[in-house]
Amino acid sequence: MRDLSAGPGRVLVFVYGVFAVAATGRSLVQLGTAADRAPVAYSLSLLAAVIYLVATTCLLLGGPRAWWIAVAAVSVELAGVALVGVLSYVVTDWFPDKTVWSHFGQGYAFLPLVLPFAGLAWLRATRPGSHPAAG
Amino acid sequence: MGAVLVLAAVTLLAVAVLLVRDEPAGDREFVVMGAAEAVLLVQLVLGLVLLSGTEREMSGVLFVSYLVGVALALPIGAFWSLAERSRAGTAVLGVATFTVVALELRLWAIWGGAGA
Repeated sequence: MRDLSAGPGRVLVFVYGVFAVAATGRSLVQLGTAADRAPVAYSLSLLAAVIYLVATTCLLLGGPRAWWIAVAAVSVELAGVALVGVLSYVVTDWFPDKTVWSHFGQGYAFLPLVLPFAGLAWLRATRPGSHPAAG
Repeated sequence: MGAVLVLAAVTLLAVAVLLVRDEPAGDREFVVMGAAEAVLLVQLVLGLVLLSGTEREMSGVLFVSYLVGVALALPIGAFWSLAERSRAGTAVLGVATFTVVALELRLWAIWGGAGA
C-alpha cells in the first residue's frame, strides 16, 4: 500500500490542511463574535472544520485504520456539502453569512464540492491491499 | 500590496511551466517565492502598525489572523513541497501560492470592513 501522503496525496494533504485551518479559524471567530446571528450556519462550519482536520490527520498518518477513518470523514464531507448546499438555497434564513459548505462552497471557488470527490478518488487508488501502478 | 499579487502571479506561471515540463522547482522559483514572502512579512509589520493607528470599523482579530495566515502559507508549502521533489511537490507550491492570492484578497476586503 502506498503512503497516503505521497504523490498526488501530497497535494491533497496540503489542500485539506489549508481548509482545516481556514474553516476552524473562521468558524471559531464567527461563533466567538456573533454566535446568535446564525447559530446553524456557524455550527455547521465548525463541523466542517472538524471533518477537514480528521481527514488531514488520517492522510498524514497513513495505514489501514487511518484509511478507513479518512473514507468515513470524506463521505460525511460529501454528504455535508451536498446537504448544506441545498439547505442554503431552501432555508435562506439559516445562512445569512457565507460558510464553507453553503451554496456548495461558492465562497471558496466551489473547492469544498470538488475536494470530497478528489479525496474519494485518491483513497480508492490507495485502498489497503491494492497494488496501483507507481506514479 | 499589489506586489504580493504580482509576485504570486509570476510564481504561478513558473509553477505551471515546471508542471508541464515535469521538472522540480529550482533556485529561480524559490528566489521569487522568497521575494513574495519578504513582501508578506513587511505587510505583516505594516498591517499591525496601520491597525494600531486606524479608527475604521473593522474586525481587528480577523485582520491579524489573515495577516499571519497569509505569511505562513508559503513557508509551509515550500517545506511540504521540498519533502517530495516530484511533480506533486511542485503542484503543492502552486496551491500554496494560490492560497496566498485568496487570503490576500480577503485581507483587503477585511481592511475595507468585511466581516468573518
